[in-house]
Amino acid sequence: MHPMPQFGSFALLLALCLSVYTLLAGTVALVGMQRGTVGRIPNERLAETARRAGIATFVAVSCAAFALVWASFTNDFSVSYILHHTNRALNPAYKFSALWSGQEGSLLLWAFLLTGYGFVLRLRHRVDVRLFAYASTILAGVQIFFLALLNFAAPPFALWAGAPQPDGFGLNPLLQYPEMVIHPPMLYLGYVGFSVPFAFALGALMMRYPGEKWIRITRRWTLVTWLFLTVGISLGMHWAYAVLGWGGYWGWDPVENASFLPWLTATAFLHSVMMQEKRGMMKKWNVWLIFLTFMLTVLGTLLTRSGIVSSVHAFAQSSIGNWFTAFLCIVFAVCLFTFFRQSGHLTSEHKLESVVSRESSFLFNNLVLLVACFTVLFGTLFPVLSEFVQGSKVTMGAPFFNRVAVPIGLFLLFLTGVGPLLAWRATSVRSIRRNFVLPCTAIVGSAVILMISGIRPWKADPADMEGTLYALVCFSIGAGVLTAITSEFLRGAHVVQTQTGKSLLSASYTLVMRNNRRYGGYLVHLGIVALFAGLSGSAFNQARELEMGFGDSLTIGNYKLVCQSYTQDSNANYDTDFALLDVYRGGKKLTQMAPERRFYNASQTTSTMVAIHSTLLRDLYVVFEGRNPETNRPIIKVFLNPLVSWIWIGVAVVIAGTALALLPGMRPALSSRAAPAMPERELQAVGGD
Amino acid sequence: MQGLLKLCHNRALQAVLLFAFALATIGAGDTDARFSGMGHKMVCTCGCGQILLECNHVGCPNSDGMIKELRQQVSLGGSDTSVFNFFMAKYGPTVLAAPIRGGFDNAAWIIPIVVFLLATVGTALLIRHWKGRHTLAVAGGMLHAPFHNDELRERIRRDTEF
Repeated sequence: MHPMPQFGSFALLLALCLSVYTLLAGTVALVGMQRGTVGRIPNERLAETARRAGIATFVAVSCAAFALVWASFTNDFSVSYILHHTNRALNPAYKFSALWSGQEGSLLLWAFLLTGYGFVLRLRHRVDVRLFAYASTILAGVQIFFLALLNFAAPPFALWAGAPQPDGFGLNPLLQYPEMVIHPPMLYLGYVGFSVPFAFALGALMMRYPGEKWIRITRRWTLVTWLFLTVGISLGMHWAYAVLGWGGYWGWDPVENASFLPWLTATAFLHSVMMQEKRGMMKKWNVWLIFLTFMLTVLGTLLTRSGIVSSVHAFAQSSIGNWFTAFLCIVFAVCLFTFFRQSGHLTSEHKLESVVSRESSFLFNNLVLLVACFTVLFGTLFPVLSEFVQGSKVTMGAPFFNRVAVPIGLFLLFLTGVGPLLAWRATSVRSIRRNFVLPCTAIVGSAVILMISGIRPWKADPADMEGTLYALVCFSIGAGVLTAITSEFLRGAHVVQTQTGKSLLSASYTLVMRNNRRYGGYLVHLGIVALFAGLSGSAFNQARELEMGFGDSLTIGNYKLVCQSYTQDSNANYDTDFALLDVYRGGKKLTQMAPERRFYNASQTTSTMVAIHSTLLRDLYVVFEGRNPETNRPIIKVFLNPLVSWIWIGVAVVIAGTALALLPGMRPALSSRAAPAMPERELQAVGGD
Repeated sequence: MQGLLKLCHNRALQAVLLFAFALATIGAGDTDARFSGMGHKMVCTCGCGQILLECNHVGCPNSDGMIKELRQQVSLGGSDTSVFNFFMAKYGPTVLAAPIRGGFDNAAWIIPIVVFLLATVGTALLIRHWKGRHTLAVAGGMLHAPFHNDELRERIRRDTEF
């Protein structure tokens, strides 16, 4: 018997006991504090022991995670999980990622990250001891659920009951890709992280927390978590693009949708929370947005692991759906009960002063995000509904989601440009006229230019007409948003320049540093514009497929691909079949591409390794589909995907913008020169979020 | 007169030939477009979940056969509905990439739009209601009361500060 699996199992059991103690002791202490009763142990001391037990939980779960990684690196095939997800020849980086390649391991990763977040939260308790005690106790409740799963329903250290195996069955080949080493942890950091704002929101509501400090704490946690989720989702998109070989990056699979749902509600929260911070409005709405976001992370996991909906991510399915259903019901009941009990505490302080205001734009932003969330959830669940009503399942593929979700997305893109141009409280007609003339001109101007340059929906193939129309609208609105944000920023920089006498560059820096949160948000909006432009490029994708022998050529767009050779190779982990293709453009050789098709020995499965030549304007995407069994020559499929790079650039800009918004506020003095009184429009240009 | 009739006859013959040619050409274009359009409205049934004409793995047990069947059905000249019915009868309703059978399937398309419209109207009414409450508060002089609140004043200062 190997000691590590026993150690891991013990660590998980200990973690569960510690979490139970954190919950019970924390609850007793908080109830005691609220009622003013004192037991044998003073409430403050009891709360402190609960906090320390919470910290110790992280240590225990870390030990369990270490034990599983150790078992993976030492090829301990006595552990069933290691046997099923690794093999001796597996690259060490992928042995590490085996931790989250299966059900039990990914739940352990979830518990590890959850207790890790709890660890940070409990260490920072001095920020507000009582509020953090509430959040810590609620978080312990969530920890108990996941640790109970790991101890009783999906134990990662379960031993292999059959005859000893000399080697493991290997890791799913689709997961043997560099991004898969970081994509799941990022996604899980996002999913799990929403537990923290949830705990704060529920805790603040339970204790009728005075003031809005908790909102500021929650907003930062949400922003960090949102960033992780954004990175996780985009890494997943890039992985799907580079590995799956179908030329796309988003297939509207239920697992993808499950990650998108909490992203949408969290984005809505990050906007509407500003109304609570600035104007004391939307308190009830914000609390429910956080509750909903957390519940959607649980629902997403339930949908994809219970087999309720079919997914190509078949490796994620199991029988633990009932646990998640029960947990979801409990969470919803607790949220509902607490809300009705304490809703009097959430009365709005302010009324809406004008229909045309930043507040209204946030309301519409929330509306669109929530409708998008509903549409994606409804589309994901419709096969289940259909089976219930009609007795037969239906497929909800890309044609449905593209047709329904794209118009909603375009409306959202439009709002990303409108919102920053409106002032808090009220926007005057003069201000609207001044701020909107340039963006509207940009929208109309770019639409005309695009139509002149050949993007004419009415001339496209009937099958492409819709896509071309959406692309035209998207590019035009994108140009408008870009103009709106840039002009708004320059207006602010010009005011600072006038006030301080600095250069425009220096004034811009001062402006950004004075309100990094606001301009971080603007940068995020610019990133979204770039992302949408990249997505719109898919309307103009081209594809060609050809069996290619030596010297055969294939032409697509301006590119010509010539097959130089095709051969095979092998190593301990896989056999590979690949072709070498020279790529020419305008008669000049650009590069050589080597698309592969691998056969993994341990798992006896094949996987493609796509070759991609990326430029800012288009991606040349080459797939080795296999060999024709009759001629033994490779079949090559080539895609020409316009503007895909802008998706990744957009994501990078979104990350940079979020990081900027997360920076602590820096408000350098503008000038020693006395500042003259400012007119209203100038105030609007430099102030607020 | 006879020459004129002969000319007309020739012109009519030319027009008929031209029309027949145009019809044949349009038909050819239509067949390809229909094949592509319908192939993008169905999924491969091997479990990969990909659109039928985008299923890219060589040796897929289903897609090659399905694509051949689709080409055959399109060339027979039946309506889109009859082609889809053929595939649904053979592979089940999950062969369609989106619910387009009518009946309850329509709910999938209608409900998101209805929700969007209702939510938009609801938000507009909410904004109007809140605006109305503000107007009443201003008229009743209640709006001045919170200005005695230092916290609120501080927040307003932050909102508008330079």
